[in-house]
Amino acid sequence: MKKVKVYVTLRESVLDPQGSAVMGSLHKMGYDEVQDVRIGKYLELIIGDSERDVDALVDELCNRMLANTVIEDYRYEIEEVVSQ
Amino acid sequence: MKFAVIVFPGSNCDLDMYHAIKDELGEEAEYVWHDTQDLSGYDGILLPGGFSYGDYLRAGAIARFSGVMDEVRKAAEAGKPVLGICNGFQILTEAGLLPGMLMRNKDLKFTCRTVSLKVENAHTLFTNEYKEGEEIRIPVAHGEGNYYCDDATYQHLKDNNQIVFTYAEDFNGSRNNIAGIINDRGNVLGMMPHPERAVSDLIGGTDGLPLFRSIVKQWRESHVSHA
Repeated sequence: MKKVKVYVTLRESVLDPQGSAVMGSLHKMGYDEVQDVRIGKYLELIIGDSERDVDALVDELCNRMLANTVIEDYRYEIEEVVSQ
Repeated sequence: MKFAVIVFPGSNCDLDMYHAIKDELGEEAEYVWHDTQDLSGYDGILLPGGFSYGDYLRAGAIARFSGVMDEVRKAAEAGKPVLGICNGFQILTEAGLLPGMLMRNKDLKFTCRTVSLKVENAHTLFTNEYKEGEEIRIPVAHGEGNYYCDDATYQHLKDNNQIVFTYAEDFNGSRNNIAGIINDRGNVLGMMPHPERAVSDLIGGTDGLPLFRSIVKQWRESHVSHA
């Protein structure tokens, strides 16, 4: 069994109005060091043992559903889960 | 002409769509549940607005994998008119039946009011009852109607006259004020504004009616030879 942590973020070229609003607020609070805020999504998947290559599988899931690659990029980390 | 109004869990403009077709247009309409496997009996497919699957993940991202979507794709390939309004537009872009993507409005606000649209292309099966360049008043009600596409896609849309409606004034950040686009073939239209909410003076205007009349007119003309 594997745990897959998927991070979906807006592409660099795409304006992130939520991130801009949060950054504006942080600046008002006095945190002038903050130069950019981008908001994304974090998903955790538990993948059962399978003959399929897990990277190929996760890429497929991301491309078909979890991310919309017109505006989003994704990356992921895979961890082994030791069953109890 | 017989229309299917596709009902997803979370659709909420399906009744308005049904009313527009049945009562204002006088054509046939049926509600079709999202797991239906056969749309062959319908002449036109309508994807209504709402919040299918709660807009979870992204607006339209889950609905596009509904059982009925293979049939919607088949209907589109067969040249039948397919109209997606608001969430219906979002589902069509997620499904890849229309290019681009609808993002969060630039001001993060859900905007619910009547706006002016310009008819950019009156030579489609959805707009032949309008005049080119005509300004019409149609309600919008969305938080994610900020149309985005890359430069190459925009150029393609422009070169092929696929931009059907634009907003007279920008309010949501859509690229070049795009409010509605059609596919290459011209039989799939997606638009954020709600023409089905502008079909009676009683509810504030009738500027949406010509859109539905256009579909029926085109259908009658193309089927008269077979009669």
